[in-house]
Amino acid sequence: MRFRVAISRRAGLRDPEGVATLRAVRDLGYGTVAEVHFGRIITIDIEGEDPTSARDSVVEMCERLLANPVIEDYTVELVE
Amino acid sequence: MTVAVVVFPGSNCEHDVVHALGLLGTNAELVWHREDDLGGADGVILPGGFAHGDYLRTGAIARFSPVMEEVARLAAAARPVLGICNGFQILCEAGLLPGALVANRDLRFICRPVHLRIESTASVLTSAATVGDVLRIPLNSYEGNYIAPETTLRELEGAGGVVLRYATADGEPTPEANPNGSTNAIAGITNAAGNVAGLMPHPERAAEPILGSDAGLVLLESFVTSLAPVAS
Repeated sequence: MRFRVAISRRAGLRDPEGVATLRAVRDLGYGTVAEVHFGRIITIDIEGEDPTSARDSVVEMCERLLANPVIEDYTVELVE
Repeated sequence: MTVAVVVFPGSNCEHDVVHALGLLGTNAELVWHREDDLGGADGVILPGGFAHGDYLRTGAIARFSPVMEEVARLAAAARPVLGICNGFQILCEAGLLPGALVANRDLRFICRPVHLRIESTASVLTSAATVGDVLRIPLNSYEGNYIAPETTLRELEGAGGVVLRYATADGEPTPEANPNGSTNAIAGITNAAGNVAGLMPHPERAAEPILGSDAGLVLLESFVTSLAPVAS
């Protein structure tokens, strides 16, 4: 089964890539864009584990390694 | 007194650190990151570079190297632990220092000397310096922009945990003097006990006149002085 992990900078914390891209998007004429945030998508395939414990493992990976709990939030989604 | 200088795959300032410590008469040994023994070192320095290619996040993979358990043990035993540039990022990822370092405000790699004002001498990085003194030291990083949640920042500032701030040559922390957008112009911090410290600029690159400056020596002297056993 495949999980998709989406990691993003926690709201309210500085995101220099997001700010630079927001400026560029507005320069292109999309004046209604209020915010742009960058993140990271990580795809993880797991075999031989039941979906609940597999999801628990992915969440644990996020807490321990994939995300920085000090400055990032994440979501875990079972995609197939 | 011996200092362990940890080498990760991608570290590139370890020899500079060993050389600079040698100028101060301190013996330093390189220790590969897979080691789980620091050889009885009295203190440890995590040098600059790009450990594990900075993949995932700077320091994110390095913090799980076997040697990091020993680094944490020394930190808990009140021994001096210093992270320079990438080493600072690793200490933050390891939770030995608060906050995190993210991309520079202007999304540019910065490689030039900057001015730093000594904010506190209560750390292994600044004990031999004087509050208010200004040092000119090279900065060499893309991810040197310090950020932390509001509560963490308040605690850090309240406890005197900020030891170095970017400033003008006169010691004024103006927005223009902040090269990378670091929150509160933070360039270096320490933990509550003062024995674990990290900074983004490179004191070892300003350690002798032939390098253009020896302004960084006072920071390394502070570290070396802190290696002496605490009198009980």
